[in-house]
Amino acid sequence: MTINDILSSIEAGKMTARQAVEAALKKADETSEYAALLSLTSERALNRADEIDAKLEKGEDAGRLAGVPFVAKDNFLAFGAPTTAASKMLENFKAPLQATAVEKLEQAGAICIGKANLDAFAHGGSTENSAFGPTSNAHDKTRVAGGSSGGSAVATALDVVPFTLGSDTGGSIRQPASFNGVIGVKPTYGTVSRYGVVAMASSTDTVGCFAKSVDDAELVMEIMSGRDDKDMTTLGDVMDSAKAVKPVKKIGVISDFMNGDVDNEVLKITEAYVEKMKAAGYEVEPVSMPIIKHSLAMYYIIVPAEVSSNLARYDGVRYGHRAEGIKTLAELYGKSRDEGFVTENKRRIMIGSYVLSSGYFDAYYMKAQKARTKLIDKYKQLFESYDLLVSPTAPTPAFKLGATGDDPVQMYLADAMVVGPSLAGLPAISVPAGDTPDGLPVGVQLIGWRETDRSLFAVARKVEEVANDN
Amino acid sequence: MNDKYELTIGIECHVQLATNSKLFSSSNNDARDKEPNLNVNPVDFGLPGMLPVLNREAINLAIRAAKALNSSVAKLSRFDRKHYFYPDLPKGYQTTQMYQPIIEAGYVDVPLDVGDDVRVRIHHAHIEEDAGKLTHYSDYSLVDLNRAGTPLIEIVSEPDIHSSEQARAYASELHKLMTYAGVTRGDLYHGNMRFDVNVSVALKGSSELGTRAEVKNLNSFRSVERAAEYEFKRQVELLEAGQSVVQETRGWNDDKGTTTSQRSKEDAQDYRYMPDPDIPPVVLTDDDIEKIQKLVPMLPGQYRDNWRDLQLDRSVMHAVLSNSSLAETLEAIRIESDNKIVKRVFNWFASAGDFDTSAVESGLVGPQRLSELSQMVGDNKLSSTGAKEVFFALFDEANTGKQPEDIAQAMNLLQNSDEGEIEQIVDAVLADPASSRSIDDIKAGKDKAIGYLVGQVMKQSAGKANPGMAQSLIRKKLDT
Repeated sequence: MTINDILSSIEAGKMTARQAVEAALKKADETSEYAALLSLTSERALNRADEIDAKLEKGEDAGRLAGVPFVAKDNFLAFGAPTTAASKMLENFKAPLQATAVEKLEQAGAICIGKANLDAFAHGGSTENSAFGPTSNAHDKTRVAGGSSGGSAVATALDVVPFTLGSDTGGSIRQPASFNGVIGVKPTYGTVSRYGVVAMASSTDTVGCFAKSVDDAELVMEIMSGRDDKDMTTLGDVMDSAKAVKPVKKIGVISDFMNGDVDNEVLKITEAYVEKMKAAGYEVEPVSMPIIKHSLAMYYIIVPAEVSSNLARYDGVRYGHRAEGIKTLAELYGKSRDEGFVTENKRRIMIGSYVLSSGYFDAYYMKAQKARTKLIDKYKQLFESYDLLVSPTAPTPAFKLGATGDDPVQMYLADAMVVGPSLAGLPAISVPAGDTPDGLPVGVQLIGWRETDRSLFAVARKVEEVANDN
Repeated sequence: MNDKYELTIGIECHVQLATNSKLFSSSNNDARDKEPNLNVNPVDFGLPGMLPVLNREAINLAIRAAKALNSSVAKLSRFDRKHYFYPDLPKGYQTTQMYQPIIEAGYVDVPLDVGDDVRVRIHHAHIEEDAGKLTHYSDYSLVDLNRAGTPLIEIVSEPDIHSSEQARAYASELHKLMTYAGVTRGDLYHGNMRFDVNVSVALKGSSELGTRAEVKNLNSFRSVERAAEYEFKRQVELLEAGQSVVQETRGWNDDKGTTTSQRSKEDAQDYRYMPDPDIPPVVLTDDDIEKIQKLVPMLPGQYRDNWRDLQLDRSVMHAVLSNSSLAETLEAIRIESDNKIVKRVFNWFASAGDFDTSAVESGLVGPQRLSELSQMVGDNKLSSTGAKEVFFALFDEANTGKQPEDIAQAMNLLQNSDEGEIEQIVDAVLADPASSRSIDDIKAGKDKAIGYLVGQVMKQSAGKANPGMAQSLIRKKLDT
């Protein structure tokens, strides 16, 4: 069911908000073996549904999403269940306030029914780094959900709810969207407030969503976006419908991602999507951006640096996990952090601390930032000639659970295509483009210049419509 | 010792800004005498997902401070994160300005008790947040985050200070500048200003500075002076004994008057500074800066210039300038009155000692009544002693709004200048046989003896006779 299906059922009196929530909770229960969700907020959700039903009964305005259930990634502070970030560190952390994104959706009448699994503190690309066990792919239980917003992607794909919230720092929405055959939106940096979202890397963290239709995704982004006094990096309303957006005519296919390094099926599906774009009347040609091959290296210096900083607050002093039987302050920090973080968290803290340390800062962090500026310049230059860029979202379809083993670099490679837009603050969405012969979904990524988010939805919608007409 | 070695001092001063809320949150910024952890919200507490929102008021106060420091304001400044683990630091990093501080190089001209002013150059000053406070007990410690996130500016001087007296005078002058400019409440007891003093010694004439030791967290001018003095002796003794000074951080024990080693350079932490991605750069235009700096009232240096003609003792100037409202009041009197009148008011305040003259701050005792009171002495309506009594009485709440003349009258201090009445008393005194010896003395040219007769007149008049008038009447009567 889409958002529009639920809204029209409620409007027609065929369904109440309570029934919509009950159906979602039932579906969550039926699909629990996928381990998409870490917690349900059943009691609070049902109470909210009753409130909304009462409002609707009285003919009051209950909001644009009145009665629509959704799920938030468990790094969004929300009421009704702990906010764990899928870590032992925050296993029992109850948020005293809600993330701005959650608040805005609830003010619009949407109802949060639960929290979705992720790689602990959003570090990973498969949701296997969750301290509470991995989520399975919606299309093949032996495969990964992708990540880090794997639980959110799978919950949408399994139709538990019509949309879910995720955070995308370097592909954490787009890549699992591709792996599970749903739409995944990473907006322009600053479009949606980060307030109340457990920080990973502040300069690339964005809040976005998963949905089954372009219309739904666009509606959710429209409701969440806008300036927030609590987040200085938020922009004016990027999704404002009154905002003039240049129509897309010319599209560039990033040729650096259309070669032998990419899975053959992924290539075929992407090429087919490009044909659909042409059929929809767009002028499409290959473009090259050689610097993109360095984007992973930049990303895995800058992001761990920010990660090491943002995770410094988890020290066992004020809240979160505190080790037992400690005797000294050093032990309090060391043991609490050792027990509270998963291996991948610790790896990133180590890398980040290293690249920021005195004597290495210039050689790593500053150099990576300079390269980042060059990358942004390259995008800027390309967007002078093209209105949109396109590439596969991920080099492969969903891989097997455990396939990357103990080799983090293999896992990092799955992010090769998605980190560029993150470093440059660009909007990018992953749209389902087809399935492999094995039935695994593959997504393509549409990338725009800053604040042209609406164009991405427009192109995705047009390609879908033209393809359906044929 | 002083001839052989030269002392060199640089001072870092932390100034708590007088903002209503904290640097990055809406929590109340006034932690004085508050229950622990009362001024704390989720941002100060470092909860997950919390973000800093920069307090523009802190930026405005830094812009004011820049004016007082003769510094330019950076058109573009940024915030950085300084990482270390300590329970009083909720985020695991302090937000500061490492790379692009808001206040650029400047200088402060420091007046001394003796000799010419010394110019201390300012390297830069940056905005940062304060940490919380730990209280240690036998087997546990308690954390109070009331002060965590309080905005500070740290003013970093060049090593231009060469004596402990200069160090004290610099600290005191900074305090004046920052309170006059409205940057801080300047409450030293509550830690509104704290000084880190970097001390080194080298042989006189040496082109290189010696190894420095930093004495941290001094909260009075006196302790700045004493710590500098102690370090000078300690370091010279080490050098004389053929040992070397260790680069380290030292703590000050105010009771013992000594410094002790806290941590050496080898233990120095790597703070892993990183630009703070949550806070956009602060961009200011000339117009922004000018608008704010226009609001800065007159600073101590300007007062000193304006008062030069009064030829005040340095100690009087110093005492009076320690309170900006007082300086303002005196300046208002100076503009309106002649030097004699205003100097008298200066002296009243300078000699007030511990007497609480804070009513000047609230405007309760203003320039008008003060100059009127001083004028009364000039007009012989009050004796100097009587005027001082009325001066103190002005600060009595019961006398709020009352004219000095009415107060003097109520206190029975008004001088009698009725010539007829005084003449009667003079006649009676001269007729008194006890006066005959003095009268003879005066006639014999011992003019001093007139004091006795005037004293008798004063006594007879219960102290109210105008002594000048009494004296001239006595002379007239004795025809001397």
